[in-house]
Amino acid sequence: MLTITDLEKVYPTGDKALQGVSMEVDGNEVVSIIGPSGAGKSTLIKCVNRLTEPTSGSIVLDGEELTTLSKKELRKTRRDMGMIFQEFNLIERLTVMENVLSGRLGYMGSWDAFRRNFDDEDVQNAYEILDRVGVGGMENKRVDELSGGQRQRVGIARAILQRPKILLVDEPTSALDPETSFEVMEMLTEIAREEDIPVLINIHEVELALDYTDRIVGLTDGEVVFNGTPAELDENARDTIYRSGKSREETGTESQPQSQNESASSGISDASKEKSF
Amino acid sequence: MSYEGSTTWRKHDGRARALRYLAIVVAIAITALSWRALDIQYTFVVDAPRNLGDLLLRMYPPNLAYGAEILPPLVETINIAILGTGLAILISLPIAYIGAENTTPNAVTYALGKFLIVGTRSVNVIIWALFFVVIFGTGALSGVLAVAFRSIGFVSKLIAEGIEEIDAGQVEAIRAMGGSPLDVVVYGIVPQIKPAFVGVATYRWDINVREATVIGFVGAGGIGVYLDTAINFFQWSNVLTILIAILGIVIVSEVVSAYLRKKVS
Amino acid sequence: MGSADPERSGGYPSSWERPTVFYSKNIKYLVYGAIGLFVLWSAWELRPSPARLIGGADAATSLLATMFPPDFTPEARGRIWTGMVESIAMSIVATAIGVVISIPIAVMAAENLVPRPVYYVGRALVSISRSLHELVLAIVAVVAVGLGPLAGVIALVIATPGFFAKLLAEELEDIDEGQADAIRALGGSPVQVLLYGVAPQVIPRMIGLIIYRWDINIRASTIVGIVGAGGIGVTLLNSFDRYEYDFSLAIILAIIAVVMFGEILSAVARRRVQ
Ligand SMILES: Nc1ncnc2c1ncn2[C@@H]1O[C@H](COP(=O)(O)OP(=O)(O)O)[C@@H](O)[C@H]1O
Ligand SMILES: [Mg+2]
Repeated sequence: MLTITDLEKVYPTGDKALQGVSMEVDGNEVVSIIGPSGAGKSTLIKCVNRLTEPTSGSIVLDGEELTTLSKKELRKTRRDMGMIFQEFNLIERLTVMENVLSGRLGYMGSWDAFRRNFDDEDVQNAYEILDRVGVGGMENKRVDELSGGQRQRVGIARAILQRPKILLVDEPTSALDPETSFEVMEMLTEIAREEDIPVLINIHEVELALDYTDRIVGLTDGEVVFNGTPAELDENARDTIYRSGKSREETGTESQPQSQNESASSGISDASKEKSF
Repeated sequence: MSYEGSTTWRKHDGRARALRYLAIVVAIAITALSWRALDIQYTFVVDAPRNLGDLLLRMYPPNLAYGAEILPPLVETINIAILGTGLAILISLPIAYIGAENTTPNAVTYALGKFLIVGTRSVNVIIWALFFVVIFGTGALSGVLAVAFRSIGFVSKLIAEGIEEIDAGQVEAIRAMGGSPLDVVVYGIVPQIKPAFVGVATYRWDINVREATVIGFVGAGGIGVYLDTAINFFQWSNVLTILIAILGIVIVSEVVSAYLRKKVS
Repeated sequence: MGSADPERSGGYPSSWERPTVFYSKNIKYLVYGAIGLFVLWSAWELRPSPARLIGGADAATSLLATMFPPDFTPEARGRIWTGMVESIAMSIVATAIGVVISIPIAVMAAENLVPRPVYYVGRALVSISRSLHELVLAIVAVVAVGLGPLAGVIALVIATPGFFAKLLAEELEDIDEGQADAIRALGGSPVQVLLYGVAPQVIPRMIGLIIYRWDINIRASTIVGIVGAGGIGVTLLNSFDRYEYDFSLAIILAIIAVVMFGEILSAVARRRVQ
C-alpha cells in the first residue's frame, strides 16, 4: 500500500508543482491521475521513487517511509517500484533482452551487471514476459529498431521483471497512436492484475482512465481536486479538473472521502492472481 | 575564373557586380604582393617542374628489397598512432567531462575545459614532437606523446559533444529501478556514447597514422626517421619506396577506420 | 513470479547470450585479448624505463624554466614578424595556385561529369594528395628545389587538391543535371557545358572552400619550415637548435595567434559568402 500525505514540491525555479497532495493506492488497484499538463502529475510520480526530491510531506510504501531513506536504502527500495515512462527511457542501443533484464540490476553485483551475467531464472522469466507483452522472439533486436508500441511493451516487461510492489507509470501512451494506446493500456492493466501489482498511472487522455482504471485522482495546479471512481467522474468533476482551479471550493469537498471507494474497486478476480510467472 | 562575369549578369545589379570585380582584383593583388614578398627567383620557378621530374626519375624504380627493411618502422608508425590515440583518449576523458555543458561542475571548469581543447589543437604535432624530443630524447616515446597531445583537443571536443547529446531519460530509468552508480554508467551512459567514442577513436587514429609519418623528421620515431635518413644519404629509390609505403598505410588505415565506424553505428 | 511453475517457464531457455559482431563470445574475447597484447607490446617497445621518465621530468622542468618568460624583445619580434609574413605569403600563393590546379582535378574526380577511366585518375590524384602529410611533401620539395619558401609553396600546392578537389568534386556531383543538359541541348561543347551549365551552380560553395583551404594552408605554412621549406617554421627550428626556448615559446604563441585569427577570419568570411 502506498500512502502519500501532504506532499509538497517546490522546484528551485519557484514553481510550486505540488501543494499538499494526499492520496493512497491500495491492494492491487489501478489508480490514475488525470489533469491538465503542468498540473504536477509527473512530479508526483517522480517524488514517489525520489527521482525528484519532495520538499515536504510523507510517502509510505508498505509501512516504509520513503522520504527519509538514505541513498543506499533508497536504491534498495527503488527495486520495489517499477517505473514506466512516457518516452520509454529504454537503453536504445542495447538489445531488447538486455533492456528487460536490466530490470534486475538492483539485485545484481556490478561486475555481473557489466558482464551481462544474468541469473538463469531471470533469463527464463524475461523470455516469458516478453512473450506475454507480445514481443516474443524479438529478444536479440536492438531497441532502436522497434516501433513505439513495441518499445513501450519492452518498457512494461522491464518493469514487471523487477517484481515490484507497485508500478509507477507516467503517461505511458502519450507517445503512441490511439489504437496502440488502447492495446498497451489493456495489456498493462491486465498484467498488473495477473501479477497482483497496484498501479499509479498518469494519464493525459480521460478516455483511457475511464476504461482501464479503478479509481481516478484529478490533479490541478498541484492540488487534488477529485478522487473517485470512473463512474463518479461527471461533467462537473471534469470541469473542475480541467478548468484549472475555478470553483475549486465547491468541488474540493469531493476529494475529501479519499479511500472510501477503494474496496469497491479492488475486487479483481482472484483467479488471475495464480497466473503468476 | 574567367566565367565569373558571365554568370553574374542576370543575378546581380551593377553595384554587387562591381563589388565582385573589386573583390577579385583585390584577391589577385594580394596574391601578387604575397608572391613579391616571398622573393623567389623566377629561374628557380621555371626550373622547379624539371627539378621535380628529375628527382622522380632518380627515384624510379623503387627499391623493393628495401621494402622489407622498412616494415618495422612502418609498424612502429601505426603503433605510435594507436598508443598516441589511446593516451589521448585517456587524457581527454576528464577534459571532455569538464568541457561538456551537462556534466561540467561549474563555469570555471567549463572554461578550463574549453581552453584545453582549443589550446592543444592549435599546436601542430611536429611542434609537440620538438618539445618531447627535448624532454625524453629521440624515439617513439616522444612521438606517442606528441601525437597524444596533438589529439587531445579533437578527441575531447567530440567526446564532450557525445556527452552533451546523452538522453537523460535512459540514465533516469536505471536509477529508477535501483541501479548503482556503476550500473548507471555501464547501462545508462556507456551504450549512449559508445558510437561517438569508437567513431572518435578510429577517426583520430586514422588521422594520427598520417601524423605519425612526419614526427620522425625531428627524431620522434616512425617511418619519418627513415625517410629523413634516406634523403640525407641520397638513396632516392629508397625514398620512393618509403613514399609508396606511407601512401599504403595511410590508405589502408583510412579504409579500416571507415569500416570500424560503420560497424559500431 | 514463478519459475517455480514448471508449466509456464518450462518452454523458455534459461540462458541468453548477447549477439556479437564476432561469431561467438570466445572469438570476441580472443580478438580483445589479441588487441590488448598488441597494445602492451607496442607500449613495451617504447622502452619507457623509470630512469627515462625521471630524466624526462628533470628535462621538462628545466625546459619550462628556460621557456618562461617568452622572448618578446623587439629583436625577437622582428624575426617573428619576418618569418610570419613569409608563412602567410606562402599560404596565399599556394592557395591561389593550388586552387587553379585543383579545379580540373575536381572535374576529373566528379563521377557525373567524366568517363570512368578519367574519374579513376582523378580520384587517385586526390587520394595521393590527401595521404601525404604536408611535411612529407615539403621534405621532398626541399630536395627537388632547395631550401626556402618555394619548396613550401610547392608542398602546399600539392597538398591542396586532397582537400579542395575532393570537396569540390562532391559539390559537382550534387549539381542539378538539368542545367548542364540545357547547355548540351544547345549544342555546347564540353567546356561550354562546364562554364555555363555547371560553374554557376558551384561557385558560391567553391569560394567558401577556397577560404577554408586557405585557413588550412596558413596552419601548414607555419610548420613546413621545420624541414627547411620557408616561413616561421625555420625560425622555430633554429630557436630549438640554439636552445633559445624562450624564443621558441614566443614563436609558438605567435603561431597560435595567427592560426586562431585565420580560423576566425575564415569562419566569418565563409558565412558572408554563403
Ligand atoms: N525540473 C523542473 N524544474 C522546474 N520546474 C519544473 C520541473 N519539472 C516540472 N516543473 C514545473 O512543475 C509543474 C508541474 O510539472 P509536471 O509535473 O511535469 O506536470 P505534468 O506532468 O502534469 O504535465 C510545471 O509548472 C512545470 O513547469
Ligand atoms: Mg508529465
